[in-house]
Amino acid sequence: MPKIYLDYAAATPIDPKVLKTMMPYLKKEFGNASSIHAFGQRALSAIEDARNIVANFLRCQPEEVYFTGSATEADNLAIQGIVKAAKSRIAKPHIITSAIEHHAVLEPCQYLKKQGCEVTVLPVSKDGLVSLADLKKAVQENTVLVSVIYANNEIGAIQPLAEIGKFLKQSKTKIYFHTDAVQAVNYLDCNVDSLGVDLLTISAHKIYGPKGVGALYVRKGTAIEPMVYGGGHERGLRPGTENVAGIVGLGAAIKEVASPKNKIHNIRIRQLRDKLIKKIPKIISDIAINGSLEKRLPNNINFTFPGAEGEALLVALDQKGFAVSTGSACSSHSLEASHVLTALGLPEETAHSSLRITLGKYTNEKEIDIFVLALAKVVERLREISGYKTKTNGK
Amino acid sequence: MANNPYYSKEILEHFMHPKNLGAIKNADGIGDTQNMRCGDIMKVYITVEDKKGKTIIKDAKFETFGCGHAVAISDMICELIKGKTFEQALRVGFEDIKKAIGPVPPVKIHCATLAQAGVRAAIEDYQKKQK
Ligand code: FES
Repeated sequence: MPKIYLDYAAATPIDPKVLKTMMPYLKKEFGNASSIHAFGQRALSAIEDARNIVANFLRCQPEEVYFTGSATEADNLAIQGIVKAAKSRIAKPHIITSAIEHHAVLEPCQYLKKQGCEVTVLPVSKDGLVSLADLKKAVQENTVLVSVIYANNEIGAIQPLAEIGKFLKQSKTKIYFHTDAVQAVNYLDCNVDSLGVDLLTISAHKIYGPKGVGALYVRKGTAIEPMVYGGGHERGLRPGTENVAGIVGLGAAIKEVASPKNKIHNIRIRQLRDKLIKKIPKIISDIAINGSLEKRLPNNINFTFPGAEGEALLVALDQKGFAVSTGSACSSHSLEASHVLTALGLPEETAHSSLRITLGKYTNEKEIDIFVLALAKVVERLREISGYKTKTNGK
Repeated sequence: MANNPYYSKEILEHFMHPKNLGAIKNADGIGDTQNMRCGDIMKVYITVEDKKGKTIIKDAKFETFGCGHAVAISDMICELIKGKTFEQALRVGFEDIKKAIGPVPPVKIHCATLAQAGVRAAIEDYQKKQK
């Protein structure tokens, strides 16, 4: 049985180079980065090296990078931290976000709404894109934060961050701009100044690094409060003994992303993805592609196969050795249709028949060829099970 | 595949190789049900016969647009109701399904409820047609 992994948006394998860089910090370099002795100082300098790499990549100052325990934590820190600081100035802070955010952004916004904040959720076009016009209309006097995902995790739709950033800069009152760039890091330019963002979230395990580590970029001078209190690590914004090996891994992963070799990987990934886009409609009838084809991450494709239910597709493919996903991995245990797909205007039944396929740097052409054939068989079988064929051919 | 606690071996077996799949052409009763939350749809087809003056379910088949559990349980419930009277078929509950097919994770209990509703609808459809 093949073992073919096409769920890189959920997690990526650790790059051997990254692992090698991390290893000493899991073994003999165990020092606590807060200790003054040599063990501690070596750990500290490893963290600062990683911070420099990340800062270089984002084109910001190292002091503007804060390591966290996950991207979810970084998103929460950005959103809740900004609102917490704003509350001293504004009684009822207003947040603007979009309908296709990751749960790590939507949920804290919903939480803050319950706590008395105002929240506007911007709609998206049927291609999955936020419009600047909608954003302009949504801005109010009490708006303190806009959080829009850089590239969506389910449909890969790339949002017009630079446009939004430029507009927000002209605002009379300060409106902070946050983006969850987790899916984008490997493929898109993350220069914080050209994007015009004040806060940006990244994650290590989506870019061939370890799980359990993320980072938040926070522009100098941003009014933000911590969520937890403790020993003053990460300049007090995110206390807690640093996950040295994890942070070193994040740095090493970013280094690989920034290397010229990655550009070549990304071109190849796009070509393989495009092969899926070309081949699948040829051998499977009656399908649709969700989200924009132009403004889309090169490794992502999301199909709807009417008559074949998403989870059943996933499980049947899993039985044959293929790993794919319905929507985001986090929502696979919930029954509701993907909030991203329904935001595109897909009826629930259609949203339930969708499959996300995400490629990565270890994907090869043979895998794609085998996958397409297996997928065709599984879709056909599930359509038989749901009686889909009889519906179209019969009555 | 290694043990997947979400999908047990039995469930996978019935999902991948259902025995009672398909429509019955001249079905005596057809039950059409949908779960509003997950959107899954299940159709149960039955034929009946008289045995010692009692109406029993002769054959049962299904078509399901739903998750693997929904498909597997549809298959199993068809198996369970064959040869049963309506009364007995309606009494096939979650415990019976579990006994036959093994454990079902909590989020998937409604898939069994859906299958039970499908059987009920098929029987009601038959009874309506008799009047
Ligand atoms: S998830 Fe609803 S029927 Fe299985």
